[in-house]
Amino acid sequence: MFYSSIGKPIIRKDGIEKINGSIKYVNDYTYSGVLYAAIKTSVLSHGKIKSIDTRKASQLSGVRAILTGEDYPILQGCYLKDKPPLAVDKVRYYGEPVAAVVADTFEEAAAAAEEIKIEYEPLPLVKNARDASNKGAPLLHENLGKYSYKDTIQPEKNSNIANHTKIRKGNIVSGFENSDVIIEASLSIPSGDHAAMEPRTTIAEIRSDGQVVIHTSTQTPFLVRKLLSTYFKIPVKRITIIAPPLGGGFGGKAGIQLEALAYLLSRAVGGRPVKIANTREADLLMSAGRNGMEATIRLGSTLEGRLQAAELMYYFDCGAYADYVVKISRAAAIACTGPYHIPNVWCDSLCVYTNKPYGTAYRGYGHTELTFAVERGMDILAKKLGMDPLRLRLINAIEAGDTTPCLNTMEDNDGNLRRCLERAADLINWQDGGVKWVDEYTIRASGISALWKATIISLNTGDNALVSVDEDGSVNLHCGVMELGQGTKTALAQIAAEVLRISTDNVKVFMPVNTDTSPYDWATVGSRSLFMAGKAVIEAAEDALNQLLDRASNLFKLPKEALDYGGGRVFVKAKPDIYIDFIKLAGGEGLEGNIISRNQIIGRGNYKMQHKYEIDPETGEGRATIWTLGAEAVEVEVNIEDFSFKVLRAACVMDVGKVINPELARGQVVGSMAMALGMATTESFNFNKGLQVLNGSLRSYKVLRLGEEPEYLVEFIETPQVDGPYGARGLGEQAAIGIPAAVANALSTALGTELNRLPLVPEALWRSKYPMEEANAIGITEGIALKLK
Amino acid sequence: MIMYHEIAEISLRVNGENRRLWVRAADTLLAVLRNHMGLTGGKAACENGDCGACTVLLEDRPVKACLILAVEVEGMDILTIEGLKQTEIQRAFLENGGFQCGYCTPGFILNAYALLKAHPEADDETDKEWLQSNICRCTGYEGIKRSLKAARKMMAEGSE
Repeated sequence: MFYSSIGKPIIRKDGIEKINGSIKYVNDYTYSGVLYAAIKTSVLSHGKIKSIDTRKASQLSGVRAILTGEDYPILQGCYLKDKPPLAVDKVRYYGEPVAAVVADTFEEAAAAAEEIKIEYEPLPLVKNARDASNKGAPLLHENLGKYSYKDTIQPEKNSNIANHTKIRKGNIVSGFENSDVIIEASLSIPSGDHAAMEPRTTIAEIRSDGQVVIHTSTQTPFLVRKLLSTYFKIPVKRITIIAPPLGGGFGGKAGIQLEALAYLLSRAVGGRPVKIANTREADLLMSAGRNGMEATIRLGSTLEGRLQAAELMYYFDCGAYADYVVKISRAAAIACTGPYHIPNVWCDSLCVYTNKPYGTAYRGYGHTELTFAVERGMDILAKKLGMDPLRLRLINAIEAGDTTPCLNTMEDNDGNLRRCLERAADLINWQDGGVKWVDEYTIRASGISALWKATIISLNTGDNALVSVDEDGSVNLHCGVMELGQGTKTALAQIAAEVLRISTDNVKVFMPVNTDTSPYDWATVGSRSLFMAGKAVIEAAEDALNQLLDRASNLFKLPKEALDYGGGRVFVKAKPDIYIDFIKLAGGEGLEGNIISRNQIIGRGNYKMQHKYEIDPETGEGRATIWTLGAEAVEVEVNIEDFSFKVLRAACVMDVGKVINPELARGQVVGSMAMALGMATTESFNFNKGLQVLNGSLRSYKVLRLGEEPEYLVEFIETPQVDGPYGARGLGEQAAIGIPAAVANALSTALGTELNRLPLVPEALWRSKYPMEEANAIGITEGIALKLK
Repeated sequence: MIMYHEIAEISLRVNGENRRLWVRAADTLLAVLRNHMGLTGGKAACENGDCGACTVLLEDRPVKACLILAVEVEGMDILTIEGLKQTEIQRAFLENGGFQCGYCTPGFILNAYALLKAHPEADDETDKEWLQSNICRCTGYEGIKRSLKAARKMMAEGSE
C-alpha cells in the first residue's frame, strides 16, 4: 500500500512554536485581575486536625480569603469519591492541602499561609500496602463503606481496600498439581512521581453571568467539566474548560487535579479569577504521583517449561486516596499474567490505602508493576529449570487462539509476540543470556521482558472530529485531543491529509482545547487517542471528501464513481486532464455564486469504543480490549567492586500495527523507556519513620539526566490492527512496561542474586549480595567497597 | 516570612533592547523576565536551580534565571529564547526529535547554543557536562543528542 502522508516523518505541527519558546502553556498567559493562591499543607502523615487558627493570617496585607476543609466538605474522585479538596477532620499524607489563602500576590498569599496555625493529634501510621490490607490495620478512611463509587470497582468496607479485582481462570489447584517446578517470589516497587516538567496550574473564575471558566493544565478537559458539574451541581453548559498544550502529562494531569479547589477559591472571592500554580515541591508531594506496589507470585510449569499455573497477589499502594489507582489495580488484574498462555490463573489485585502521597494514572497504568512481578518470576523459573530465559518466554508466548486471564481468545491481528522477543534479543546480541567478564571488576549481562498492554477504555467513550475546508482548499482539523508532547495532533493531521490526498502542510490543527468549541473527546489517556480520534478523523475527512466529490459530480454531470481525486483536485477517471481544484470546489467557483460564504464544507466524524472490557466480579471473565504486544531487552555493565552500573543498551520491539509517523513513534518509545529506566534505577520517594517524604525536590528526587541514558534500539513490527486507523494501535506508554523487569533481570543475572525490589540503586545491589546480618557479622559497613570474588 | 518591599530601578539589555524596570529586591531574573516583560519562554519548573528550564544567557553564559536576582544583573546583556532566531540549533531540534512537550526546550536550546559557541568541536564528555544541568522528561535525551550533532554539522558546513 502506498501512502503519501502515513508513515512519513512529518515535522511536528507545534514544532516552530516550541523551538522558539513562543508556545503558551497555561502559566504563560496573562489573566487580568487574577488573584493568587498559596496552600498550607500537612506536616503529618496521619493525624486528627484539632484546630486551625487563621486569625493572624487573615489580618495580613493583600489577603482576600482563607478556606479550610470545613467550608465546603465535598468528596471527589473519578471512580471512588474519597478526597476532599482540603482536608476535613484529619490528614492522611504528608503534603495534603489543609487550608488555602487567596491574596493579591503570590508572595502575600504565601506569607499568610505561613501564619496559619494548625494543631494535630497524631494517628497510627499505615506504612505499607500488604500490612494495610490486613484485618485490624488502622483505617485511613473509616467511612469507606459510605463513599459512592462506580460499579466497576469493589471497595471493601471497614478496611483499607479501595478495590479488589479477582481473576479465576481454570483450576489453580490442579494447575499446580500438574506442575513439575514451582517458584515463588515477593516483590516491591516504591511510589514516585511523574515529575512532568510543567507543574500543574489552574486559573478559575466565575464570570458575572455565572459562567465558570477554568484555564488548566489537564489531559482531560471534558472529564474535568463533567466532574465539576457533578461535584458542585453546576450545569455542564455553565462550565468552560480551556486547556492549552501541556508540558508533559504521563497520566498525572488526568482527572481532577487543582480544578475543584481553584473553583472554590474563586467562589470565596466573589468569582474573581484565582490562580493556583504548583511549586515543584507541591507538584511532587501535594499533587498526585505514581503508586507503589507489592506482590507475591507463584508460577508452576512442566519440566519442558510449559506454564501450568500462576497465583498472583498484587497489592497496589495508592497512598492516601484512591484516584485512578482503583482502576489501575483492575487493569493489572485483566493483564495479570503478562503475555503468556497460562491455563490456570488465580489473581487478587488490591488497591490499598496507606499514609503516603496519593497515586494516579502513570505511564504504563499498572502494567509496568505486574510485568516486573511476572517477568522476575519467569527468570527465577528459567534458572530453576536450567533454561535460557528467552527460550522459556518463547515457549509460553501468547498467540492467536490462546486465552487471556479474562478468557478472551487472542486473534491473529493482535500481533506477533515471538517475533518481538526474538528481535529484541537479537538487537542486544542476547546469545544465551549469560554473563560476560569485561575485566577483573566488570561484568556484563542481559535481561529480557515481554510486555503487553490492554487499552482499558470504557465502552461508552468516544471521539469526534470536524474537518472544515477553507476557500484556499486547505482544511482545519478540529478535535478535542490534548497535545501533551506526544504529537498526536500531528499524526491526526497526517491521517486527514492521507484521506484527502493533500499535503500535511495544508491541514491546520489547533493545540489548545476549549470544551465549548472543540468536538468532544473522552480523555487523552491510555494510549488511545491515535486509535479513537484517528478513526473519527478518517470519518470526518471522508465526509468532507464526499461533499467535495458531490460538488464535482454536479459540475461534471458525472456519477461519483467516474471521478477520482488527488493532489488537491478532483478529476475524471477516464480523462484525468479534466479536473477541478479543491480550491474551486470549496469556494464554489463554477457552481452557483460564491458558495463558501454560506455553505462551507464541514465533514463530521465520530468513533465510539467498540472493544468492551466489562468483567465478571467473581471470576474476571469478560471481553477485554485491544492489546499491544512487545518485548524489551537490556544489556548492563556492573562494577562488582562498588556495585555501580550502567545500562549500555536497551532494545524495544513492539507490534504497533502501523507506524503513522516514525519520528513521533520512536520519540514516544524512547521517552517511555527513559522514564521507566528512572523508575527502575533511581526514582522513588524516600520516607522517614513518620512517612514524611525526604526527597521532595528535583535535587533529591533523581530523574535520568543526559549522558545516563543507554543506546536505544527500537524496532516496530506491523501486524495491522483490523479496526485501527490504517492498522495502527496505541504505543505511547507500552515501552515503559518491560524496562524495569529487564533491568532487574539483567542485574540479577550479573550478580547471581534475585533483585526483586526497585529502585535498583547500587546499595540495593550490594545489599542483595550482603544481607544486613551477614554484612554486620563480617564487619562491613555501608559505603565500603567490596570485592565479590 | 520576611517581606522585602524595597523597590529598585534597574537597566538591562534584553535580546538587544535596553530596558528600564522597577523591581523588588527579592525578584528573581526569571520572575522579571516572565512577569514584567512577558518573556515566558523560560519556565519556573523548580525555582531551585535543579532543572534548567529557566536557562538564559547572561553575557553569553548560560545561567539559571531562577537563582539570580534581577538587581544583580544591572547593566548586563541577557539573551532569552525569544531573542534567538533561526539558529542551527533550533533547526536541528526541529528536525531531530529534540523535543516533545517543549517545556524544557528553551532552556536546552539556549544552553546548547552557548555550548556550541564555546566548544564548536566538543567531545561527548563536555556535552554531557554542560547539558546535565537541564532535565528533559520526554525524549530520553536521544533526540537532544542527535540535534546537537546535527547542529554541529550544519555549523561546520556553514563555515566552510
